[in-house]
Amino acid sequence: MDKRLFLSGNEAVAIAAKDAGVSLGVGYPGTPSTEILENFAEFGGRAQWAPNEKVALEVAIGAAFCKSRVISTMKHVGLNVAADPLYTVAYSGTPGGLVCVVADDPGMASSQNEQDTRRHAVAAGVPVLEPSDSQEAYDFTIKAIELAEKFNTLVILRVTTRICHSKCIVERAEKVSTEPVKEFIKDIKNRVMIPAYARMAHRKMRQRLADIQAINEESDFNKIIKGANDELGIICSGISYVHCRDAAPEANILKIGLTYPLPIEKMRKFAESVKRCVVVEEGDPHLYEACKVNNINVEGKDEMYRFGELDVNRVKRILAKDTTPEEPPKPGKPPQLCVGCPHRISYEILRDLDCIVSGDIGCYTLGVLPPFQAIDAVVCMGASIGMGLGMRASLPESDARRVVSVIGDSTFMHTGLNGITEMVYNRPETGHLVIILDNATTAMTGLQEHPGTGRKLDYTTANKIKIEDSVKGLGVDHCDVVDPLKDKDGLKALIEKRLASNDLSVIVVRRPCILALAKDKKMAEKNA
Amino acid sequence: MDNKVVNVTFAGLGGQGVLKVSDILADAAFLAGLDVKKSEVHGMSQRGGSVCSEVRYGAEVFSPMVPTGSSDFLVVLEETQVVVNDHKLAPTGVLLTVNDIDMDKLSNKKSMNVALLGFLSSYLDIPEECWTKALKNNLPEKIQEVNFEAFKYGASLKK
Ligand SMILES: Cc1ncc(C[n+]2csc(CCOP(=O)(O)OP(=O)(O)O)c2C)c(N)n1
Ligand code: SF4
Repeated sequence: MDKRLFLSGNEAVAIAAKDAGVSLGVGYPGTPSTEILENFAEFGGRAQWAPNEKVALEVAIGAAFCKSRVISTMKHVGLNVAADPLYTVAYSGTPGGLVCVVADDPGMASSQNEQDTRRHAVAAGVPVLEPSDSQEAYDFTIKAIELAEKFNTLVILRVTTRICHSKCIVERAEKVSTEPVKEFIKDIKNRVMIPAYARMAHRKMRQRLADIQAINEESDFNKIIKGANDELGIICSGISYVHCRDAAPEANILKIGLTYPLPIEKMRKFAESVKRCVVVEEGDPHLYEACKVNNINVEGKDEMYRFGELDVNRVKRILAKDTTPEEPPKPGKPPQLCVGCPHRISYEILRDLDCIVSGDIGCYTLGVLPPFQAIDAVVCMGASIGMGLGMRASLPESDARRVVSVIGDSTFMHTGLNGITEMVYNRPETGHLVIILDNATTAMTGLQEHPGTGRKLDYTTANKIKIEDSVKGLGVDHCDVVDPLKDKDGLKALIEKRLASNDLSVIVVRRPCILALAKDKKMAEKNA
Repeated sequence: MDNKVVNVTFAGLGGQGVLKVSDILADAAFLAGLDVKKSEVHGMSQRGGSVCSEVRYGAEVFSPMVPTGSSDFLVVLEETQVVVNDHKLAPTGVLLTVNDIDMDKLSNKKSMNVALLGFLSSYLDIPEECWTKALKNNLPEKIQEVNFEAFKYGASLKK
């Protein structure tokens, strides 16, 4: 086995999962987390895309109830979708090694918000590990599984864009051998969360956290770097740690790896051992607020550093209490829909028809930029349909008739089906039009398969869910399939016709993404 | 080798091979037994937006991101990206751009990125065999020969 490797954080998590004997990886794509499962599959692991994060976590929970080692991967906003199972599996616990790998995106390199997953962990009551480089991404993945098994709890491994996509040197540990699951073991009180059992489970969960906090006071998840003198101490976690080492080589550092539940007494002792103690963390003031609640005397960062990523220079500014305005980043060339992208045609039409477009998330969100500017609202995956229905319900008839919901095929499988259900159930007086941009892939996150492509994560054949069958089954009045390249004028005329009617209509605009076609060609050559 | 960390920033547009050359440099430093980190913002690069990748190597590297204004080398594959990135260069840093390359000297214009990498290599203290191996590791066999040529041509440019 090659011991010294050069790996991205995502690769490190994937190899660690393989080395730790994880039997199943399940998730939904989302930058910057996507490559974890793809890499896990490349290293020989069993990896699956679920239709969305909630289902992914539920599959993982089922496996963990059978005592498997299992990881579920997603980006930060994916955890919102999976929040419902998360908050209750936090009570029930599982006997398996259940780790939820969640990738935050401070700075929003490729996301719609910069929420901090540590907040979810506190609210749900599950432990969080935060690696600060690929080596720790590797080590902490294994430790997270062990911690999960030891305390019967789901553990969150919180990574960030920089951890996921930076490469560092990693030393690999010895592989562990795990035993296959032999049989189902009944344990109703710890698996069935009816109120009577959930009340007990809630108390157990709080006790579990207290126990983990106690071991965290002494655990090797956290480490202290001795400084040159006792002038300055820094409490930090995650990527901030490596920035601090560069920004303040003379400082004492308490680097926290297990950031919930926190080693409060260790933090107190550290803060008392230095003349000035500053908390340096990216995102929300999670460590800082814990210090304040516990009367630990520390300084935090100015509010201006809550936004965006930290880097060495920003850490220097935080330490110097510098709040002068920062140089705004120079704008590079923004991303654009590829030349030849089939989405372009749809947006040209929607722009020319002056539609009110309730949009969704994917490559096609780029239709908001010139030369189209043809999207009027985007919030989260799947929201295009519900928001469009809300607009239809509120606007005067002339404007209500201009409202169109536009959603991609992967997004439709993710949470669009629920929107169609709502549309059929609470039918607007003016009807509604949903356009599904079916480019036969999840393009935005790098061309992943989904339930509508007919292929699994590893490119093997799967059952294919047909969009037109599913919406017809739910009861829409019309579902047409149009190739935008072959019949642009026909597509435009059809949209006008549907908008003029009071019907519930779906138009599937079907044409593969040009990059997906190129990938298909490459895979065909490879498999030939 | 002293404790100084070498900072290199590569910039260009999606599809130009920015990430590829930063991979090769990082691999070469890795093969030379050094500590190395590499960091980049990607995700939407397939749509031709700005791409930037940073490599740091030395005895011990902490942050994977090159602090603004500390790049010892800024290698830019597309002219318009020079102004977008020049603030990253250290006052004593060296700027290498696509303009340093005579495209007519390349048998395949796509290997411009590797030619610039060759040019960069002439400034760096990384053994030749590490470069050769890194190029081999990171390029498909079909295009290795063209790229070796491009690399050699680039390496010959240093004034
Ligand atoms: C809850 C959630 N999960 C994942 C993502 C990441 N993400 C953004 S768009 C997208 C899917 C895009 O696929 P599709 O709808 O087919 O559109 P395309 O990019 O192919 O045009 C994903 C997975 C997200 N923003 N939110
Ligand atoms: S990757 Fe595909 S879907 Fe995305 S812009 Fe390019 S062609 Fe369009």
